[in-house]
Amino acid sequence: MNIIDQLDREQMRMDVPYLRSGDKVRVHYRIKEGEKVRTQVFEGVLIAQRRGGAGATITVRKVSFGVGVERIFPLHSPRIERIEITSHSKVRRSKLYYLRGLRGKAARLKERRFS
Amino acid sequence: MAKGLIGRKLGMTQVFVGGEELIPVTVVQAGPCTVVQKKTQEKDGYDAIQVGFGEVKPHRVNKPRMGHFRKADVAPTRVLREFRVDNVEEYEIGQELKADIFQPGDLVDVTGTSKGKGYQGVMKRHGFSGGRATHGSMFHRGPGAIGAKVAPGRVFKGKKFPGQMGNRKVTVQNLQVVEVDAERNLILLRGAVPGGKNGTLVLRDAVKAAGQ
Repeated sequence: MNIIDQLDREQMRMDVPYLRSGDKVRVHYRIKEGEKVRTQVFEGVLIAQRRGGAGATITVRKVSFGVGVERIFPLHSPRIERIEITSHSKVRRSKLYYLRGLRGKAARLKERRFS
Repeated sequence: MAKGLIGRKLGMTQVFVGGEELIPVTVVQAGPCTVVQKKTQEKDGYDAIQVGFGEVKPHRVNKPRMGHFRKADVAPTRVLREFRVDNVEEYEIGQELKADIFQPGDLVDVTGTSKGKGYQGVMKRHGFSGGRATHGSMFHRGPGAIGAKVAPGRVFKGKKFPGQMGNRKVTVQNLQVVEVDAERNLILLRGAVPGGKNGTLVLRDAVKAAGQ
């Protein structure tokens, strides 16, 4: 294995859960405010994943007070405390950008259950 | 004290530093470099050490070079470079310099050969604007006017023209050392360095270590 890949692997976290587009997730993210460090939870729908070793990211979307908010998290960032998956949805594509154009009832996703 | 290493560019990646930011880095295989010759004020007129880097098959080395290596009693290397040092006495012929002569946080100047772009026009080479592409324009990527007529009656020296771009010696100053792996002789530098992968690089202490 070449050294670049090796370094990349060393950067990666092994505790990242298996995620899929459409999953409802809660991302516990450490935020530094001056001296203090606190954890903020960002809860929303995972609408996109970018693969690529240690540089992988996820895009999480939520609607807050009628305003759509999206955050991109580096998946292997040490600032992420943990990622909770609350539910899965039945989706037919990997990038759910079409949700941006929908609001309210239309922006719902059908839940997918595993037996 | 000035210090330097010869290295090989392995490529770029990103690392999380200090459990925080994701920053872009260039991975350099720096060392091990062997000291091949010591140059002294008395003998050569200046103080420097000559170091070698990179494996080479012995039959690829020509005889004069081979003799040079044999004199120092070291294995032949692919590249030889000199570094000016304050005190030659600190070094021994045959001594191996490793990546750990640099520490994270150090600033270094990196010299390499830039990627060759071939013969390029003024738009790519010098960033000229060129002309418009459509609307009947017959002037697209040319340089335009190159000077006045009677006075001075010639084109000034150094006027930017088309020509060879890239494939020349380039130094990038004040790159920060992010991480040093002495075991594998790796140095991670913040940002980009000249040249492509496997290019030979020279790392030195930053000449203009600003803001330190």
